[in-house]
Amino acid sequence: MFFRLPFKWPFGRSRSGFRPPARGIEVSRGPSKFRMWLSRLPFKVPAGPPRSGFRPNARGVEMRDLSRELERFHWRLAVCAASVVLLFFVLLLRFFYLQVIQHDYYMTLAEQNRISIVPVVPNRGLILDRNGVVLAHNYSAYTLEISPKSAGPLDELLDQLSELVDIQPRDRKRFRKLLDERRELDSVPVRTRLTDEEVARFSVNRHRFPGVQINARLFRHYPNGEIASHVIGYIGRISEKEQTKLEERGVAANYRGADYIGKVGLEGRYEEDLHGVAGFEEVETDAGGRSVRTLRTTLPVSGNNLHLALDLRVQEIAERAFGKFRGALVAIEPSTGGVVAFVSRPGFDPNLFVEGIDSQNWDLLNNSPDKPLNNRSLQGVYPPGSTFKPFMALAGLELGKRTPDYTISDPGFFVLGGAGHVYRDWKKGGHGMVNLHRSLVISCDTYYYGLAQDLGIDNIHRFIGQFGLGRRTGIDIDGESTGLLPSQEWKMRRFKQKWFGGDTISVGIGQGYNLATPVQLAFATAILANRGIVYRPHLVRQIEDSQSGERRTIEAQPFNKFTISEENLQRVRNAMIDVNRPGGTAGAAFSGAEYAVAGKTGTAQVVGMKAGEKYDEARTPERYRDHALYIAYAPAEAPKLALAILVENGGHGGSVAAPIARAVFDYVILGKEPKPPKEAAPPKDAAPAVQEDEHD
Amino acid sequence: MIDKIIGFFTRHLDPFLMIVVAALLGIGMVVLYSASGGNFSRVGGQLLNMGVAVSVMWIAANVPPQHLARLALPVYALGLALLVGVALFGEISNGARRWLNIGVTRIQPSEIMKIGVPLMLAWYFDRYEAILKLKDFAIGAIVLAVPVGFIAKQPDLGTALLVSSAGFYVLFLAGLSWKIIVGLGAVIAGCLPILWGMMHDYQRQRVLTMLDPSQDPLGSGYHTIQSTIAMGSGGLFGKGWLNGTQARLDFLPERTTDFVFAVYSEEFGLFGNLVLLVLFVLVIGRGLYISANASVLFSRLLAGAVTLTFFTYAFVNMGMVSGILPVVGVPLPLISYGGTSLVTLLFGLGILMSIHTHKRLVKG
Repeated sequence: MFFRLPFKWPFGRSRSGFRPPARGIEVSRGPSKFRMWLSRLPFKVPAGPPRSGFRPNARGVEMRDLSRELERFHWRLAVCAASVVLLFFVLLLRFFYLQVIQHDYYMTLAEQNRISIVPVVPNRGLILDRNGVVLAHNYSAYTLEISPKSAGPLDELLDQLSELVDIQPRDRKRFRKLLDERRELDSVPVRTRLTDEEVARFSVNRHRFPGVQINARLFRHYPNGEIASHVIGYIGRISEKEQTKLEERGVAANYRGADYIGKVGLEGRYEEDLHGVAGFEEVETDAGGRSVRTLRTTLPVSGNNLHLALDLRVQEIAERAFGKFRGALVAIEPSTGGVVAFVSRPGFDPNLFVEGIDSQNWDLLNNSPDKPLNNRSLQGVYPPGSTFKPFMALAGLELGKRTPDYTISDPGFFVLGGAGHVYRDWKKGGHGMVNLHRSLVISCDTYYYGLAQDLGIDNIHRFIGQFGLGRRTGIDIDGESTGLLPSQEWKMRRFKQKWFGGDTISVGIGQGYNLATPVQLAFATAILANRGIVYRPHLVRQIEDSQSGERRTIEAQPFNKFTISEENLQRVRNAMIDVNRPGGTAGAAFSGAEYAVAGKTGTAQVVGMKAGEKYDEARTPERYRDHALYIAYAPAEAPKLALAILVENGGHGGSVAAPIARAVFDYVILGKEPKPPKEAAPPKDAAPAVQEDEHD
Repeated sequence: MIDKIIGFFTRHLDPFLMIVVAALLGIGMVVLYSASGGNFSRVGGQLLNMGVAVSVMWIAANVPPQHLARLALPVYALGLALLVGVALFGEISNGARRWLNIGVTRIQPSEIMKIGVPLMLAWYFDRYEAILKLKDFAIGAIVLAVPVGFIAKQPDLGTALLVSSAGFYVLFLAGLSWKIIVGLGAVIAGCLPILWGMMHDYQRQRVLTMLDPSQDPLGSGYHTIQSTIAMGSGGLFGKGWLNGTQARLDFLPERTTDFVFAVYSEEFGLFGNLVLLVLFVLVIGRGLYISANASVLFSRLLAGAVTLTFFTYAFVNMGMVSGILPVVGVPLPLISYGGTSLVTLLFGLGILMSIHTHKRLVKG
């Protein structure tokens, strides 16, 4: 592109666009030091291409070109000059408008200014159960707060204050912690929920304490304590990290003056709905910054109320039914996907977190071997065990690998051809002649070893995947685990290993790589109960607009649908009904039930627990026991509720998990309240009496 | 002898510009004293900045334009390299990645581009003066867009705006076709509704706040509300020096830097604003005059762009303080506290003087 002309440029303009040095006066002055320095710089301007307008004899043509260019340039410059004048004139008009026409208005504002804008924190939305029972609400109380900027030495101040107001060492500790976490300019609470007497005592002495105020503030309260704590979650003080996030999302202004934000559970997930819109007051302040009167108020908009599908009574019954056992229960209304109960035991008191949890309580919760803060329903993954079998049975029928009449003679074990691996049934000596119906009722393993081999892992993955296993259900709380429904492709990706035939066999009885969360199991059961029409599980049924009172329904439509033959469904259902009748694995739990329950028991081995781990020694034996599982829906013909139950180290599904289901079903279907709690659940240390038939 | 020394120092300075600039800097000091609440260390700091900036201006005035042209490509390339460096290793402060630590000190490479981009473009168009085609404008647009992209990403919208307008002025003065300008404008206007549709709710909220600050008096609207109160309460002749209540009572944010105009306007009123506008018009008018009379295209384009960029500073700043433009970080030229912008601005004015005085010497 660049090349040098082979001859010297004959005209006034050099190729670099400048007049030749001969006409410049600098040369006659001799090169300045700076120029010489410049010329020694290691780079040179490259030579340009020849001008297209150049013709050696057509000097006039080029002159005309350039003068036309110059004319155009001048014209453009004139346009710029005109724009400058015009735009400055616009500014002048604006100044005139502000400073002459609106002068009085702004003068008043400035005179009163002194007007400061004070944010008004909106009321947080309520959380209500499906019958309107309050699960989370707000109340107003007085707090004693210190603005560290204008207060003196804090220790002395606290000592003086404690003469008037009861300040415990615990309060001091929390105050220190909050002081470190606070956002700039915030005042920090020392004591919350002051008594009237304390308020009065402080008010009299107020002049002694600059920078200390009493404020009426709203507090969040969870009246039901531990019950449904994992669903509701809790709010807490806005941390620095959360503040940064709010700023990034551009909503920090809406949180001015606000102290709290939803942390986990529904409080966290629905923060945007619950928080509301901040209002503000234009307040006239005196020279000392104290407000004198309010000039204008823009009211805050309260947060929206959440109406849950959850039924607090059902939740309570379910939680009580667990007794001292740890575990999880998720109950879903199959026809809507609404979650009626969502249990993770043990729970915790969310009220502890609202004002910042003190370290003593935190240690208690966080270090407990029972892990009460873990949301087992949402995050715990367990092998589904035999609760996997109804889905396997349906897969066998639907994909033509089994007929209802196909019968095996069960010797108590299964031999994988070729390798000669032996897979044992839970019952020594086997179950004898077993067809599909009986395989579910007595939970025969051998039957499903063979079925798994005939189906192959990819068929299992594809068919049972339709029931939502191995994928997040999309329930409306954050932090859900994915679980695992294995496939060849998955194993290759995860372990870079081929899938072996033997892997498939244990998957067939819900062991092996299989992992599911309780909420996934409940979801799968709900889909089974609803004949393949899939509603996403959701805790919040409706969001009520705080202004208009309008309610927006969530997940009103099914988000998927797949066809299963009615005949095959019927067969599996009949077998699942007989599971809960005399002779079935959960027969005892449902003796005398006035409705038909379709269910399946399961047992998951506790794996990966090595001896020598730091467990309380007295409890160790219990912690090695199997997890008990149970899935069911009822009434079997027209299901009102589908549920999945997991009892950690509970032993056997039929004896420990199924009675919990009974209590829930009795209430939901018949309206029957459970008998006094002791009888509903077996005491922790009494090992359940296990009959062979009741096992798994 | 003394004549010679004086001559050496003043030969390349433009007396007209010098007087106006001195007046503006003087006003700046007066306002700064009031805005900082009588803080002498601030005033002293700004005096030091002025000393450095005036020296830079003097050097720029003494470099003949043709040497400047030689520096165009290296300066541009260096600026671009530093911008890449910022994107990769830059230090984050106030949520934006603008600074580059080069061991001894921290530098802000986007500032270099305020001169580097128009310099580069003016040099480029000068090289191809007689054969300018659409292609050259396309290349010019790329030369402009790359650094602007980097700067906008930091993010530093104020500087991105100034650099892109400086580049646009060169393109415009070099004769960018009206059809393209109008067409581009139409395309952008046409895209706005689509963009609006693609935005998140909170982003829309921000745009709405920009249009009506009273929507969000706690957040981004706060600056504008307080600055308009300051201006409006100033009235015709102002509250008098050191008597601005808005500034003194802490209501005005950034009152020595980007919002210094509100302090000035509160204390000196519409009359003071008029004086300031006149001084700015004098600088701009002189700059355009120098541009119009420059002997070669390079000088014409550079002088024009530098002058119009100066105008952009002034217009955007006063527009944002008075509430007709959104709040972006652009200082009021020669008045706002801050060394960096002062150096850049006076360097630009030095270039103007160089172009003017060197041409005069040529003619003489």
